[in-house]
Amino acid sequence: MTTRIVELRRGVLKKNDELAALLRARFSAARVLVLNLVSSPGAGKTALLQAALTQLRARGLRAAALVGDLETDNDARRLALSGAPVRQINTHGVCHLDAEMVGKHLDAWAAAAPAPGPAASEPPASAANRAPTALQLAALDFLFIENVGNLVCPSSYDLGETLRVVLMSVTEGEDKPLKYPGLFNSADAAVLTKIDLAQPCAFDRALALRNLAEVRPGIPVFETSAKTGAGIDAWLAYLAAARPAREAARA
Amino acid sequence: MHELSIAASIVDAVTESAAAYPGARVTAVRLRVGALAAVVEDSLQFCWEIATQDTPLAGAALVVRTLPAVVHCGVCNADSALDTVQSFRCPLCGRPAADLRQGRELEIESIELEEPEGELAGALAQNQPQEERL
Repeated sequence: MTTRIVELRRGVLKKNDELAALLRARFSAARVLVLNLVSSPGAGKTALLQAALTQLRARGLRAAALVGDLETDNDARRLALSGAPVRQINTHGVCHLDAEMVGKHLDAWAAAAPAPGPAASEPPASAANRAPTALQLAALDFLFIENVGNLVCPSSYDLGETLRVVLMSVTEGEDKPLKYPGLFNSADAAVLTKIDLAQPCAFDRALALRNLAEVRPGIPVFETSAKTGAGIDAWLAYLAAARPAREAARA
Repeated sequence: MHELSIAASIVDAVTESAAAYPGARVTAVRLRVGALAAVVEDSLQFCWEIATQDTPLAGAALVVRTLPAVVHCGVCNADSALDTVQSFRCPLCGRPAADLRQGRELEIESIELEEPEGELAGALAQNQPQEERL
């Protein structure tokens, strides 16, 4: 027997990276700002997203959400109350979203039957997926992808997003960035959530900000409460500024 | 947590590459894993055994090389390895350093094959790229 060494130099997640690159090109061509929201379970992704969808719509901007969870369409139902198009991705045990899941759901969404009549602004009574309305990327200003609640695995899977946003609630303490540096370091922006609970939790704001800066120097941080509305305007202004420029002619 | 799907991705990639060497058996897979790649080696080794069971890769060793996170400091104009990924500061001057140059790798570096001697091996070797004999 002879031993042979073959150099491969191949990324383990090459397939995901290639699919993510295709998605990124699609998003860019459609001029839609795509956000990948990551956090631990219960950090407030859905509440922040609900506030964002409602307010963006109130300002005449078009936003939609893809929501990842292991099971249930509870989040899609909650978010559909905002009136925005929402679609649930159930991963059935997989701890993160990947580019293939996002691509498949966007294709299925685009191919869905158009809504009958002018009822598009009415929130569907039940799960969005069961009463699908066709959604084209080019008809959107913002697409939010709510990842599965997990501070480890989503960091390895590029979804083609424009910005990766990590959320951290004041109820989780100050040291999440130090415990999960891989994910926090990969984020473009951070949102501190539930700041209305900072005092009862004896949350050390300065320490939290220091920890964030330590693992991701220069990261923009938004301090918000979906409950009181605090900080939501600044967060939306950041999103609006990050949006790719569109032709002024488009009404 | 997602080490099993990582292990399965490695099995797929290696099986695909090894198909170019019929008759050969994969004895080792060498992996480069960055300090920020969110992969735990113990867990990956455990999942590797499971993922390779009943495949042609069963029994192949998974050799993991961990790479430190490396940041570039614009002030020092130098790349330096970090001792800890809890603090992104240039080890030379102590300033915050956001410019990551290494640490997210999750890459199959090479595979080690054992193949039969003689005519067959010689014939197979003729059209194989990127190889080195031991």
